[in-house]
Amino acid sequence: MEVFFTLSISIKRKQRKPGANIFTHALPGIFQINTYLVMNTKTNHNMKRIIILFAVITLAACNKAITDRVKYSQPLSPAKLDESAGNWMPILLNSATEFAVPVPQLVSGDAYKAEVNEVRQMNASISVEQQKIIRYWAAGGVLRWNEIMRELVALHNLPPYQNGDGTYPFPNAANPFAYPTFPFANPPYAARAYAYVAAAQYDALVACYKYKGLYNRMPPYRADRSIQPQIPVQELPSYPSEDAVLAGVTGELLKLLFPADTAYISLKINEQKNYRLWAGVNVRSDLDAGEALGKSVASKFITRARADKTGAAVGNAALWAQLETQTVAKGEIPWISQETPKRPPMLPLFGNVRTWLMDSATLISTRAPAPPLTGSEQFKKETEEVKWYADHPSRERMEIVHFWADGVGTYTPPGHWNAIACEDFVSQSFSEVRWARNLALLNMAMMDAAINCWNTKFFYFNPRPSQVDPSIKTLTGLPNFPSYTSGHSTFSAAAATVLGYIMPTKATGYNNMAKEASNSRMYGAIHYRSDCEGGLECGNRVGAFAVTRGRADGAN
Amino acid sequence: MKTSLKKFAATVAVTIASATVFSQTDNDAIMMTQNNFCTGFMYQHSSWDEYWEGSFKRPALNMGAVSTQMFGVMGNYGIKDNLNLLFSLPYVKTKASAGTLHGMKGLQDLSLWVKYMPLEIEKGESSFSLYTIGGVSFPTTNYIADFLPLSIGLQSTNVSFRGMADYQYKSLFVTASATYVMRSNITIDRNSYYTTEMHYSNQVEMPDATQFNVRAGYRAEKLIAELIYEGWNTIGGYDIRKNDMPFPSNNMDLTRLGVNAKYTFDKPKGLSLIGGGSVTLTGRNVGKSNSVNGGVFYIIDFNKKKAKKTGS
Repeated sequence: MEVFFTLSISIKRKQRKPGANIFTHALPGIFQINTYLVMNTKTNHNMKRIIILFAVITLAACNKAITDRVKYSQPLSPAKLDESAGNWMPILLNSATEFAVPVPQLVSGDAYKAEVNEVRQMNASISVEQQKIIRYWAAGGVLRWNEIMRELVALHNLPPYQNGDGTYPFPNAANPFAYPTFPFANPPYAARAYAYVAAAQYDALVACYKYKGLYNRMPPYRADRSIQPQIPVQELPSYPSEDAVLAGVTGELLKLLFPADTAYISLKINEQKNYRLWAGVNVRSDLDAGEALGKSVASKFITRARADKTGAAVGNAALWAQLETQTVAKGEIPWISQETPKRPPMLPLFGNVRTWLMDSATLISTRAPAPPLTGSEQFKKETEEVKWYADHPSRERMEIVHFWADGVGTYTPPGHWNAIACEDFVSQSFSEVRWARNLALLNMAMMDAAINCWNTKFFYFNPRPSQVDPSIKTLTGLPNFPSYTSGHSTFSAAAATVLGYIMPTKATGYNNMAKEASNSRMYGAIHYRSDCEGGLECGNRVGAFAVTRGRADGAN
Repeated sequence: MKTSLKKFAATVAVTIASATVFSQTDNDAIMMTQNNFCTGFMYQHSSWDEYWEGSFKRPALNMGAVSTQMFGVMGNYGIKDNLNLLFSLPYVKTKASAGTLHGMKGLQDLSLWVKYMPLEIEKGESSFSLYTIGGVSFPTTNYIADFLPLSIGLQSTNVSFRGMADYQYKSLFVTASATYVMRSNITIDRNSYYTTEMHYSNQVEMPDATQFNVRAGYRAEKLIAELIYEGWNTIGGYDIRKNDMPFPSNNMDLTRLGVNAKYTFDKPKGLSLIGGGSVTLTGRNVGKSNSVNGGVFYIIDFNKKKAKKTGS
């Protein structure tokens, strides 16, 4: 027994690494009792070795602390303040001053002094819970809302379960809590949600920075030196509050996009406003003006969203049948759902949704050229290639397939690229408004990529490899919509093009990632090579439109 | 048990979704005599076409029947009459009869157990004995855990602690055991995933689990026939959401009822055949599987060999 303990302690010391607490769970008593029973028998060298092996493996099994990459992001501390962002080109607003923000009360007035007093009191008695909230939001409002949205997408990215009669129900925005809950946040829906929120946040912050410059109000910790700012101070005027603007604009849009989660969204809105008071960096009138401005900007984007044709994208039974018959009429094999019962294709009219970066004529012109005819030698060759990948799954390729799968229950491929972007943006020390601008370019490009890709998919209505050759078994979930072009390829190329523009030193890396994401769909045996290559080309073309906008928006 | 060559039998495996936790004589009350080594092969086929999504039992129309075949090699060595060392290593192959998903195959986890009998009381025609069993299992290959229900295993390194008691009267017996299974975190190919919240990591925290096993029936020199009732209960974990994919850290629970029989031949001495089957009674986030198994085992007596050597 003594021998065992000495050994186990020396193992402990050996295993401990600086900064890594591997002993979050103590050795349970039962383990020692068991050991004791065994050690009471005649001492046996083999047994000792076995017990030591147990101890080592037990320690491994005990180590359950997981490091989350984003939970403890550093506080936002911009390298450049971008004070002149009020002059950047808005996306939907006619000008940065389209919505008026009232002149703030004078800092010499009693009303302002009362507000500063309120902040001083809050600032002097911050609870542990409030400190956690400050630390969370200090990483940046645009970042945190993007993460919140990714979580909402993953929560809602579930295809509805079939009805008893073999049909499928559709989520209803007017009754979001009833099953199937609204929305089904599939890739096109998610791409649209990310884009609206990012674009609206950008416009709202451009307006916010405009008024900050115009009114130039000092922050409360300047008005009262006893207030200790709890986050790295940015020497920006405090009226209106950029965090309240973000809370106002994002909250309104998210309640439209994720109406079943209004309570959670409201909680986050209040957190983001309150932390500014606790941290001593805004007074209440900074917040009120900011939230009102954010909501006004949101209303303009909501008007656009209601009319952007997404509502009709599901189609109807007549349309679903027509897609099939018109493809047959062309002499081609039409796409057929491989699910049981057969599920209508995902958002067949999403290709008609209003784009951000181009008009509809340009959209049609950026559509991929026709895929190989289903009767052609080329098509046969590409199907055989997919079959080979299905039959020879190497572990390396499987890892690529699963890393990029982003299927059911995840934040989708656009969410994956948002995660990639945000992790890299953190290291770039962007200002809040530049975060918003960069995510707006990225997400407008990905939504337009989705529209482009869906337009292409439903124009050609091509079958999946496993439909034309049922012996092809897929290494990831088979999406329920036509094959040509690959959505992953289109999203990824668009994203890589935009991110490569924003961070030129990483451009090659992003292109390689896009290529890998694209290949993952062929390795997974759900796409032909021409789907992937066609998707990458279209994605690059769409991404270039966002780059053109970025070059002209005044941010450089 | 009072036999010169003590018995050896394989029990039904505990199938979690299609990922298989293999168990062997680690939960029966039979010890190998010192310097005897029993080894053999097991085959098991299990399949299900319904599964529980949380507590909701539903058909798996996009997979048809999900089957798992397992080819296991295993052994039990008697270090002493009351101290045995056991191992098992299965090769697992999964398949879905419908839909498009590709089955998986590969060598799964190596399990090792130390089985110790600290107490054996014999009185007339009855006997009572106590056992403690410590086990470890770890993956032998880098198979994919995050492809349920077609994964061949869950990739966690497990440490298990079991207490067991056995009572026998003439040829009738009952054995009961309870186990705590500590499971290590696993690494998956994705670097983010959603459970009940978003995680930005490729590490997945695997909840620990408990197991119970009650078996009773006839046990004699040549024949063992028993009824087995067993359960697996994950402590924590989360439910599969409606129409979501399963995940390794789901709250997987099940109970099952099985039968098992073993016949030992007089000639050739040391050869035995086993067979059995089981049905799943209740479950949560697992397939409602039925299974059948069979195996052949042979006991090598190193005492005899040694004796022969010294004799010649």
